[in-house]
Amino acid sequence: MSTATLQPSYSDKLYNYKVVRQFAIMAVVWGVVGMAVGLLIASQMVFPELNLGLPWTSFGRLRPLHTNAVIFAFGGCVLFATSYYIVQRTCQATLAMPGLAAFTFWGWQLVIVAAAITLPLGITSSKEYAELEWPIDILIAVVWVSYALVFFGTIMKRKSKHIYVANWFFGAFIITVAVLHIVNSASLPVTLTKSYSAYAGAMDAMIQWWYGHNAVGFFLTAGFLGMMYYFVPKQAKRPVYSYRLSIVHFWALVAIYIWAGPHHLHYTALPDWAQSLGMVMSLVLLAPSWGGMINGIMTLSGAWHKLRTDPILRFMVVSLSFYGMSTFEGPMMAIKTVNALSHYTDWTIGHVHSGALGWVAMVSFGSLYHLIPRLYGKEQMYSVGLINTHFWLATIGTVLYIVAMWVNGITQGLMWRAVNEDGTLTYSFIESVEASGVGYIVRAIGGAFFVLGMLIMAYNVYRTASESEEPSSDKKSLELNPTTLPVEGR
Amino acid sequence: MDINTIRGLATLVALIAFLSVVFWAYSSRRKGDFDEAASLPFADDREDDAVNTDGTTSHRETHKNSQKRGVA
Repeated sequence: MSTATLQPSYSDKLYNYKVVRQFAIMAVVWGVVGMAVGLLIASQMVFPELNLGLPWTSFGRLRPLHTNAVIFAFGGCVLFATSYYIVQRTCQATLAMPGLAAFTFWGWQLVIVAAAITLPLGITSSKEYAELEWPIDILIAVVWVSYALVFFGTIMKRKSKHIYVANWFFGAFIITVAVLHIVNSASLPVTLTKSYSAYAGAMDAMIQWWYGHNAVGFFLTAGFLGMMYYFVPKQAKRPVYSYRLSIVHFWALVAIYIWAGPHHLHYTALPDWAQSLGMVMSLVLLAPSWGGMINGIMTLSGAWHKLRTDPILRFMVVSLSFYGMSTFEGPMMAIKTVNALSHYTDWTIGHVHSGALGWVAMVSFGSLYHLIPRLYGKEQMYSVGLINTHFWLATIGTVLYIVAMWVNGITQGLMWRAVNEDGTLTYSFIESVEASGVGYIVRAIGGAFFVLGMLIMAYNVYRTASESEEPSSDKKSLELNPTTLPVEGR
Repeated sequence: MDINTIRGLATLVALIAFLSVVFWAYSSRRKGDFDEAASLPFADDREDDAVNTDGTTSHRETHKNSQKRGVA
């Protein structure tokens, strides 16, 4: 009997981990790239010379590159990797249509490369978070439908009776993003690189922000809540606090998020009733958001001591805290009178990043640190100490970023609305830019902390994935399954 | 029918829908099912305890059914 057959656990590997590994590694790669571009444009706000005087590296072209890279390249790869992993393991079935699953990987990477080429060239549909031009949009739609087929095909193959709640969140995310993307990207192409939206005026704006806000609600929230509902219980080694609450959480969240888009269009040409509807629905959204956050955090009840020793769990719990904070801040900013102060200021940027860095990125880090050793047959990451270093860099970086943007945003809002007794504006615009200088420096420092943490993660992942020796697993699997050894092995 | 009546009814329908989800989720009859579902992440725990040696995870024919893990 060869040594290979002495590993009964190995025969249980009935999962397709190849595509999961590919997405997980590329998530780290695109995370480094996307966050580094973010740091570059944050530094351009401090030193404008960093635009190098070239059109391709100017802020206006790199900003959509940054948002697309972190949301769709980093976030997208994390979502693909974790959803493929979770759906297989909770359904105890291998991925349906492995060829199509491989296509989703290569297709998605092609979308990312196409974005990285076209956006700096200034090829854009000018819709925020949907800047990519129509040929790329079509490729995204094809990849996304394939993703849906693979995901739901796997759910149909499940051996378990139930569909675990994480898969409900992933399923909602996949379906909704398909609908959002296809509707919002509808356009009339005039050349290969130029198209015009199928909608006009206020309706175009409303469809754009119905898309935009639900990109936040489903791409950046529902999918990552799916991760939370799997990886927090796994890492804490206890089931979710309340499965019942998770069901109410799911239906309330998906039913309400879809209505909140108009809060991006307060005091615009959008009809007043639609603005008020968006504001009210945004306020209601606080309830399901916090229900989910409480469910995640309370999963640790009785196991709080694990936070002292486990930096992965710490990533997850801090991400949930930031999630709670930004889903409180969001509804507040959706109130029209608050929005009158906050809109178009850096406060919005700070709000987005408390969600993006604090919630989305941190829950992704925690999930990847749990996931990657398992994908490579290791018991643990190469260095737990480096995970801890990453945790502190990411937390401090996020706090610096948010605080700087709060101060800047409120300063700008107050300066822009200040009027003299005769009704003229007290401050010129450039005076508010000048007043924001210190905040931009602090923000860039926070961003540098965050990027440094990401680089440390990349090194840690590289060492984990490349080190081939296997500590003690032979012995362990033998201990675990002594009886199954000689039966069928050949 | 006045448009505002329809709006009021829509609100009522939404409220009823929400309450039905809550009552359904919290009814004691569902408890067993939900406990089962909540344990799904741990259904294949041995995967984590016993890792394979060469880092690959492709299928193996042997032992496929010899250690079925108990999940209803």
